[in-house]
Amino acid sequence: MTTAPTETPVPTQPPEDRAPRRISFNPRQSGIYVAFALIVVLFTILTGGSLLEPQNISNIIVQNSYVLILAIGMILIIIAGHIDLSAGSVVAVTGAISAVLMVNMHVPWPLALLITLVVGAVIGAWQGYWIAYFGIPAFIVTLAGMLVFRALTLTVLGNQGIGPFPDPIRTLSNGFTDGYLGNIALGPLGGADLVSLLVGVLAVAGIAFSQWRKRAARLGYLQEVDLLPLFLLKIGGSGVVVLAVVVQLARFKNLPWVLVLLTALVLAYTLVTTRAVFGRHIYAVGGNLQAATLSGVKVKQVTFWIFVNMGVLAALAGVIFAGRLNQAGPTAGNAFELDAIAAAFIGGAAVQGGVGKVVGAITGGLIMAVINNGMSLIGAPSERVMLVKGLVLLAAVAYDIWTKRRTSNLRS
Amino acid sequence: MTDTILRMGGITKSFPGVKALQDVDLSVRRGEIHAICGENGAGKSTLMKVLSGVYPHGTYDGEIFFEGERCEFSAIRDSERLGIVIIHQELALCPQLSIAENIFLGNERASNGLVDWNRTNHEAAELLRRVGLQANPVTPVLDIGVGKQQLVEIAKALSKKVKLLILDEPTAALNDGDSAHLLDLLRGLKEEGVTSVIISHKLNEIAAIADTITILRDGRTIDTLDMKADNVTEDRIISGMVGRDLEHRFPPHEPNIGEEVFRIEDWTVHSPTQSGRVVVKEANLNLRRGEIVGLAGLMGAGRTELAMSVFGRSYGKDISGRLVKDGEEITVRSVQDAISHGIAYATEDRKRYGLNLIEDVQRNISAAGLDKLSRRGWVNENEEHRVAGEFRKSMNIKAPSVASITGKLSGGNQQKVVLSKWIFTDPDVLILDEPTRGIDVGAKYEIYSIINRLADEGKAVLVISSELPELLGLCDRIYALSGGRITGEVTRAEATQEGLMRYMTREQE
Repeated sequence: MTTAPTETPVPTQPPEDRAPRRISFNPRQSGIYVAFALIVVLFTILTGGSLLEPQNISNIIVQNSYVLILAIGMILIIIAGHIDLSAGSVVAVTGAISAVLMVNMHVPWPLALLITLVVGAVIGAWQGYWIAYFGIPAFIVTLAGMLVFRALTLTVLGNQGIGPFPDPIRTLSNGFTDGYLGNIALGPLGGADLVSLLVGVLAVAGIAFSQWRKRAARLGYLQEVDLLPLFLLKIGGSGVVVLAVVVQLARFKNLPWVLVLLTALVLAYTLVTTRAVFGRHIYAVGGNLQAATLSGVKVKQVTFWIFVNMGVLAALAGVIFAGRLNQAGPTAGNAFELDAIAAAFIGGAAVQGGVGKVVGAITGGLIMAVINNGMSLIGAPSERVMLVKGLVLLAAVAYDIWTKRRTSNLRS
Repeated sequence: MTDTILRMGGITKSFPGVKALQDVDLSVRRGEIHAICGENGAGKSTLMKVLSGVYPHGTYDGEIFFEGERCEFSAIRDSERLGIVIIHQELALCPQLSIAENIFLGNERASNGLVDWNRTNHEAAELLRRVGLQANPVTPVLDIGVGKQQLVEIAKALSKKVKLLILDEPTAALNDGDSAHLLDLLRGLKEEGVTSVIISHKLNEIAAIADTITILRDGRTIDTLDMKADNVTEDRIISGMVGRDLEHRFPPHEPNIGEEVFRIEDWTVHSPTQSGRVVVKEANLNLRRGEIVGLAGLMGAGRTELAMSVFGRSYGKDISGRLVKDGEEITVRSVQDAISHGIAYATEDRKRYGLNLIEDVQRNISAAGLDKLSRRGWVNENEEHRVAGEFRKSMNIKAPSVASITGKLSGGNQQKVVLSKWIFTDPDVLILDEPTRGIDVGAKYEIYSIINRLADEGKAVLVISSELPELLGLCDRIYALSGGRITGEVTRAEATQEGLMRYMTREQE
C-alpha cells in the first residue's frame, strides 16, 4: 500500500494512457460537510466542550436515530421527485401495532417486529399504489395518509399509551453492546470498551481498504482520481473522525445498538443508490420522468417500491421510537416527517428531484440534531431552537440554489 | 411608406458552443407586413426573442431602434410597453381561464384593485369583433379550437395597443380555413396601421401576404427583398433559404441494402385525448437492413405519433395493426419490449423527452442499456465509464469529460448523447425523430455521417424530418404522410421536393 503502481508512469506511454489526477472540491456537494464541521466546532465552544462528552455523543445518536432512519427513506422519495408527509403518522401507527402485538397479545418479539415491518410495507404499498398507478400527487396521498394513520393510531391504542416493551426491543432502541472483552485503559482518557474500539479500528480499516480498492479500480480503467496526498488526507480525516467518536462512545457505555443498525442501513442504502440499477432508476425518474419512461425505466414500479421502502423504514423507526419511550403513545412521531424532509433538503436534495445522497440526508439530520442538542445544553428555550432550525433549512436550500445558479448555465 | 418603425443592426447572439445570430440586420417599415424566412435553426425565433426582450439587453451585441428611439429591453414587459407584442408558436394562454380573462391577463380592467367584469367582458367582445371571432368572452379557452385561440392571442395583443405585431409560425397548427382567416385579419390590421412581422415556413402564404421579406440563413441576414419591386418568386426565396448546394451538406454514402428487417402493417392509432379521432390510419411501411428511410409530413400529419405508438405504445390508444420483425410478428406492449426487440426511438424533443439534463453524460448514455452494464441488479460503474468514454470518442461528443452535466452541452452534442444512448442498446431498427432539429450546420453533417455509419453496420434507420432537403440528401427511400395516412412512397432517384410536397399536402378522401 506504500506505492501505487500507476503513480510512476512509464515515460514511453502516451499521455492519454495515464489516468488524470485532480484536486476535487465541489462546493455544492462538500458545503454540507464543511457546514456540519463548523456547527460542531461552534457548539463545542459554546457548550465549553460538553457537546463532545462521551454521554452526549451517545445521546445525540440515540435520540435522533428514528429521524435519521426516516431521512434515508425520505431522500429516495425526494430524489424521485415526490414527498412523504405521512411518515410521522406511520411511525405512530406501526409503533402502536407493535405494542399491541408484543404487550397485549404477547407475540414473541422477533415475530412481532416482522409483522410490524410487513404492516409498514403494506401501508407503503397502499400509498405507492395511489401515487404510482392511480396518478395522485404524493403530496395529497401522503397528506391523507397523515390523517388516516394518525386516526388508526388512536383507534388501535384506544386513546392511551401501551407499554412496557420487552427487553430486547428496549435494548435495540436504547441499549448498548456488551463489553465482551472488558475494558482497557486509555491513559488520561480513562477506561474504554475494547470491543467498541476494535470495531472502530476495523471500520476505519474497512473504509481505507474499500476506498483504496475503488481508487485502484478507477485507475485500472484510466479514470480521473484524487491526487494521492489529497486521497490520503480524505481517508485520514474520516478515520480520525470515526475513531474519535468511537473512543468517546467506548468511554461511555459501548456502542448503541441503533448506531450499529443505522450504520448498516446507511451502507446498504448508499450502495443501492450509487451502484444498483434500481438506484439509478430513482435518479432517472426524478431527473426527467419522460426521458426515463422513453428509456425503458419502469417508472411506476420504481415509484411504488420507494414508497413501500419508506413504509418499512417508518415501521422500523416506529418500533425503535416506541421502544425508547417504552410505550406506544397517540402522539408518537408527531412532525417527524418534517424533520426527515428538512434533513434531506439540508443534505443537498433538490426540490425538483433527481439530486440527493443518503450520506447527505444523514449529515443534514445530524446538523439539526447537533443544533437541537447544543442549544438545549446552553439552555436556549425551545422556541429559539425552532427558529434556528427553520433558518438553517432556508439557508441550506438558498446556498444550494445560489451555487447552482453560479456554476451552471443549463440551456433553456 | 418610407417611415421605418423598427431597425435592428448588427445583432449577434451566442449560446455556449453555437452562434445563433451573427451580425443580423432587420429593418421594418411602418404599416407593412414583413416576412422572415429561413430554415429551422436559421435564427428567426432567436432574433424575435432578442427584439421582444426575452433575451435581455446585454446578452447580445448590436442595437435596436423602435420608432427612432434606441431600445434596451430587459424584459418582455419593456417591449410590450412600446407596443411590440410577440405571439409565440406555442400559445401562451391559460386554458382554464375565459377568453376575456386571457385577453386582459396582466393588464386587468380594474378599478380600485377590483376587476370590473362588465368592462372586461364588454371590451373583450369588442376586441373579438375586431379579430372576427364569434365567441362568448366568458368561454374557457380550452373549449375553443387552436385557430380561435390564435385569434384570442391577437385580440390580447390589440388590447395592449400593439404597434408591431410579431407572429412566430402563426399558421403552423391551423387548417386551411383558419389560416386564410388569419391572413385576412393581418391584412385588415395593416389597414388599421398595425405593422406585422410574420415568421413562416409556408412560402405560398408569404407570397400572398408579405410586402417585404428578409431571409435568414445560419444566423445571418442573406437578403431583404421587396416582394413587388423585386418580383420575388417562391424559387427565389427557396434558393436564398437553402443557399448551399446539397452536395456538400451531406456526406457521400453508398447504400448496401439487405433483406427486410422490420415491417409495420395496417397500423391504426387513435388519439388518447380526443375520443374517436384517428391519428394514424392503416399505415404500412417497411425497412430493410442497411437502409435509411425517410418519413416526411407536415405538422400534425402523425409522424411522431406513428413512431411513438410503434415504440412500446408510448402514444395513443386503441392501437391496431401488426409489427413484423425479421419475418416474425412481435408484440410490443412497453418500451422495455421495444428495446428488447431491438427497436430504438430518439425523440424530437431531446430536452423534454430524451435526456436527464441535470445528470452527467455517462449516465445519460447508459440510461437505456443499463442491463448490459449490470449483473444481478448492480451496475459496473467502471465499465460504464469505459463505454461512455468510447462513445465520447467515436461520436465526437465535445464535452470536457463523461462526467460533464449534459444540460451544459450544445444542442448538437446533446443529440450525440441521445444517439449514443440508443446505439448502446444495439438496436436493429433506429427511429430518429427530427435528429438535427435545433443544431448547427457543422453538427448536422456529423449526425448525417453517424446515420450513414449505422446503415453501413446493417441497421435500418427511419428518419423523421420536417426538412425536405435533409430527407432528400440522406434517405434511400421516403414515405410521405398526410392526415395520418401514408400518401406516397418514392425512391431516392425519383424524389423531388415538389413531388414530396404534393404527397404531403394530399387531402384524404
